[in-house]
Amino acid sequence: MKIVVMLKTLLFNLLKGPVTRKYPYEERPPFPGERGVILMPDESKCIYCGICARKCPSNALTVTRTPEKEWKYERFRCILCGACVEACPKKCLEFGDRKK
Amino acid sequence: MSMIVPFGPQHPVLPEPLQLRLEIVDETVVSALPVIGYVHRGLERLAEQKDFQQDTYLIEHICGICSFMHSTTYCTGIEEIMNIEIPERAKYLRVAWSEMHRIHSHLLALGLLADAFGFESLFYQIWRTREHIMDAMEYTTGGRVMLSAACVGGVRKDINEEQKQFVLEKLALIEAEFKEEAHVLLDDYTVKARTVGVGVLDAKTAYERGAVGPTARASGLKMDHRMTGYFAYDKLDFEPVVENDCDAYARTKVRIREVFQSIDLIRQALSALPDTPLKTAFKGNPNGEAAVRAEQPRGEVIYYLKGNGTDKLARCRVRTPTFANVAPMLHMLNGCSLANVGVIVLSVDPCISCTER
Ligand code: SF4
Ligand code: SF4
Repeated sequence: MKIVVMLKTLLFNLLKGPVTRKYPYEERPPFPGERGVILMPDESKCIYCGICARKCPSNALTVTRTPEKEWKYERFRCILCGACVEACPKKCLEFGDRKK
Repeated sequence: MSMIVPFGPQHPVLPEPLQLRLEIVDETVVSALPVIGYVHRGLERLAEQKDFQQDTYLIEHICGICSFMHSTTYCTGIEEIMNIEIPERAKYLRVAWSEMHRIHSHLLALGLLADAFGFESLFYQIWRTREHIMDAMEYTTGGRVMLSAACVGGVRKDINEEQKQFVLEKLALIEAEFKEEAHVLLDDYTVKARTVGVGVLDAKTAYERGAVGPTARASGLKMDHRMTGYFAYDKLDFEPVVENDCDAYARTKVRIREVFQSIDLIRQALSALPDTPLKTAFKGNPNGEAAVRAEQPRGEVIYYLKGNGTDKLARCRVRTPTFANVAPMLHMLNGCSLANVGVIVLSVDPCISCTER
């Protein structure tokens, strides 16, 4: 009776209800360490050395010193590899919640 | 009289854009001509313009299924050129994540196969099981598919005790759930009617046409690059899965057995994690060339890398397993009925975005 195997699963699924969540009303909290988005919480720590921009494989970061010191992040170019977070000498970059 | 029927690039059973021009007489395929080039992205050329460490993340984007295996193979090539010996712990971690990718890839392929022969509830069931391994990857590295865990000289992420327990729990869940699903794939009368004797590729043709991976192993060829013992495979207990029936059923069976084998390999690797640093520091740029191979879920991938002493590579060439499997697939399609084309194509599990890069 080979068909009984699937029948068991089907009955189980029927009784147990859906396994998916009712997103967006119900969300699974992200795992610790999830790579969501690159954030610079405290811009005063940044020394505008440009190391993060040089390490970035997808040119998502631009750092300029003249005429104005500026650190710019293009979110839609970022592939969330984390090379910038690892390379920053001042440790001023971090991964944040993807919804921010 | 024969006529040409285009199969793809947009077709319900195809996960990726591949076109097969099928020459059919009545319902029988007499020849098939593949047309590729729909997702060519020029990644090999781009890899020559980024520096070799940035390439690790770029190469990872060649494939959305075996991404980690692409980046580790690439790193192995650079390590070979630069004579870098990676730490033991990195070797075991590379095995663990590679095998997680194999489970995720095989479950994806088996689910799609179920969809191809019209068993949608089985498809959803298998993909539901696959979520467990995606969670394990996300928890250990921070990314579901693009792990970004490999780097030249070792690995960038570690698996701590808590994460290890999580992975082991998930593996137990996959094992229990997939046992039932595998039972349906292997023993159900209607499923067998669609796969047994379909797409036969005998051992001699498989060898001559250069089949790799599960396609070759289902035709009785004992070819698994992991047998050469790269990373830590030489220290783990494993025997390649070989089936002799040569048809779509045998290929399904090889994948099913490999899922269980990978579960076992991850358990072995995680229980034997040595306590060493994660990466070896190095200086300089690659100068020289290397050709490295690794066993991906679909078969053997070959990387040819050439450095010229600058931070940019002179050449980065990839031969992906699906490319090697196209010729055997065309052989299987000759003489099959039109209704079986989807099943045959998915039993080979083609990955077109790898192939075209
Ligand atoms: S590496 Fe760090 S300190 Fe330097 S520019 Fe980037 S964010 Fe600022
Ligand atoms: S995470 Fe990677 S891609 Fe994104 S900004 Fe940082 S280095 Fe660039």
